[in-house]
Amino acid sequence: MVQRTLPEKLSILADAAKYDASCASSGGERRGSRDGKGIGSTTGAGICHAWAPDGRCISLLKVLLTNFCIYDCAYCINRVSSRVERARFSVEEVVSLTLEFYRRNYIEGLFLSSGIIRSPDETMAEMVRVARTLREREHFRGYIHLKTIPDAAPELIAEAGTWADRLSINVELPTEAALTQLAPEKSVKTIHGAMAEVKARGEAARDRTARGTRAPRFAPAGQSTQMIVGADAATDGEILRRSSSLYNSFALRRVYYSAFSPIPDASRMLPLIQPPLVREHRLYQADWLMRNYGFDATEIAPPTGMLDLQIDPKLAWALAHRALFPVDVNRAAREMLLRIPGIGPRSVERIVTARRHRTLRYEDLLAIGCVLKHAEPFITLPGWSPRALPDDANLRARFAPAPEQLSLF
Amino acid sequence: MQITLPRIGTVAAWRQQVRRLAAAGIDPAAVIWSVGETAPDLFAAAPPRPAAPTRLMLSREAVEGIEMALMHSDPERFSRAHALVLRLSRRELRWGDRSDPALRRLLDQQKAVGREIHKMHGFVRFREVTPPGANRRAFAAWFEPEHPILEAAAPFFARRFGDMDWLIATPTLTASCEDGEMRITETEARQPPPEDAAEELWRVYFAAIFNPARLMVRAMKSHMPQKYWKNLPEADLIPGLIRAAETRVRAMHDPGTALPATLPGPRLRRKAPAGRS
Ligand code: SF4
Repeated sequence: MVQRTLPEKLSILADAAKYDASCASSGGERRGSRDGKGIGSTTGAGICHAWAPDGRCISLLKVLLTNFCIYDCAYCINRVSSRVERARFSVEEVVSLTLEFYRRNYIEGLFLSSGIIRSPDETMAEMVRVARTLREREHFRGYIHLKTIPDAAPELIAEAGTWADRLSINVELPTEAALTQLAPEKSVKTIHGAMAEVKARGEAARDRTARGTRAPRFAPAGQSTQMIVGADAATDGEILRRSSSLYNSFALRRVYYSAFSPIPDASRMLPLIQPPLVREHRLYQADWLMRNYGFDATEIAPPTGMLDLQIDPKLAWALAHRALFPVDVNRAAREMLLRIPGIGPRSVERIVTARRHRTLRYEDLLAIGCVLKHAEPFITLPGWSPRALPDDANLRARFAPAPEQLSLF
Repeated sequence: MQITLPRIGTVAAWRQQVRRLAAAGIDPAAVIWSVGETAPDLFAAAPPRPAAPTRLMLSREAVEGIEMALMHSDPERFSRAHALVLRLSRRELRWGDRSDPALRRLLDQQKAVGREIHKMHGFVRFREVTPPGANRRAFAAWFEPEHPILEAAAPFFARRFGDMDWLIATPTLTASCEDGEMRITETEARQPPPEDAAEELWRVYFAAIFNPARLMVRAMKSHMPQKYWKNLPEADLIPGLIRAAETRVRAMHDPGTALPATLPGPRLRRKAPAGRS
């Protein structure tokens, strides 16, 4: 094997890691190093230290320990049958890169994942060693995210949670059929098993036992997962229902959606075209509506199964349910207020508080922070009534933006 | 009347002065504020018009908001906030009322300052300046914030970089932390510290983590406006990455091209690929 320089390894192993969408460094505990005995802090919110020209925030050193892999997942640039250049970091190299980048304020911490070398356990053990060295020897108090290998032994997952802020296990694809076809060595059962394990340990670490002792610390920023969109035929409806069941079953903090991105030396099993990036964007919006607006997965996606690419899913839902509008802002239930386009949870809270004391007028909504341009056709209150707007067949056209250059092609 | 506030501790000094002025019943319109040394204003000698003394009573939220807004670079900020403090105390105005133009302005500036502090936490780039034989590592950075926010932004670095010494110089003030003790001083040397070899690795990382198939320049620029670029060691790679993106994506669709993704930029050119291992 050729001896590679550190910059060469970094280039290859960061290149291989960039298809993982998550770069969050938020959530979990707050720590600092004001005591002078270590390095690093976490703020709770996370900080972006740079943005790449793909518009994504760079907040963590996101690398693979190695891109050698014995598996053959068709969508992955590192699969055994790919002719990509290979490299492998030593534990010390990752530790030192993390610390040197951190001390220069380039990053919030490390996001480490890996191809599978020799065996899942051996790979996982090496990733855990990186995290342990950072925490124990270097007293690193910055953020650590470890991508967990689902087939690894439970003890290794437990130790990973001791050192990491967040663990993630990627479900990879929206349906079991696609997973079986495109990632022959992986199984939904194992992936779910590992997620359940992470969930259970996380809960144990938060609850005190009857005797008041605490289970060991475990990934205080919880777990997340990622799904590739557009590599198989799954509809947005299927994707969102899967997410919803993942959120419910495994207490996930986030499901990340990654528009299938053309990779060099791609497998022939994959589509040659990339799904429009706006599809990924709409899925994030729909996901957000499920988590914060009380929308159910089954109602966000229209009967066709695909989200409208032109307008956001909340507006699309409102347009598809015109009979429910306009909503009387002074009377409607909180749940209904949340469904009005242009009005978010914070505005809803303000409306509910304010209308206890007086009747709200149109002008008040501006001060409250509603986006009236969007809300107007869907509300009625003193000072405003939408006339015939909601029935206007051109309403959708009014919101559908001029085509934007969201996709490269 | 002219009041010159110190460059260090500007906000605290302003607050003290405003308390004094309010007790003396001095009309905010009669006060001219400045920071550091400035030429005396010709009209500043006119005797202040007397007004009734005001007891200053503000919510904590208002105090915090005003103090934040006072770190904006707008020269009018002191007199605007002065007048607002009196109106808020006399209950002529409610904190948060955006229909009042002066308050709206202040709230907007508060937000701008908050954003700038956040950006500074992200965009400061340290370079290693550890002297030989030192037992603590030392780092220094040069940063040019749009607003004088250093004092508010600095404690973050003290919490984060506990086991090292550091210094951040801005065109006016410098924050430094030695052996855990943080100080704010006037800036002496107005220039960036010498280059640091680790920046090359960071540049390699920046180029490699970029996905050319998802080019979104506008999103990048909105989050990382170009005014910050000159002090970011990775920023001069950006034009080259954008230019090469399309070719790289086209190559991916071309069966039979085995990469690696070529690295752009004069300082990042690698030796010819060493072949697969
Ligand atoms: S196991 Fe992971 S690294 Fe290996 S081919 Fe599958 S997705 Fe890629």
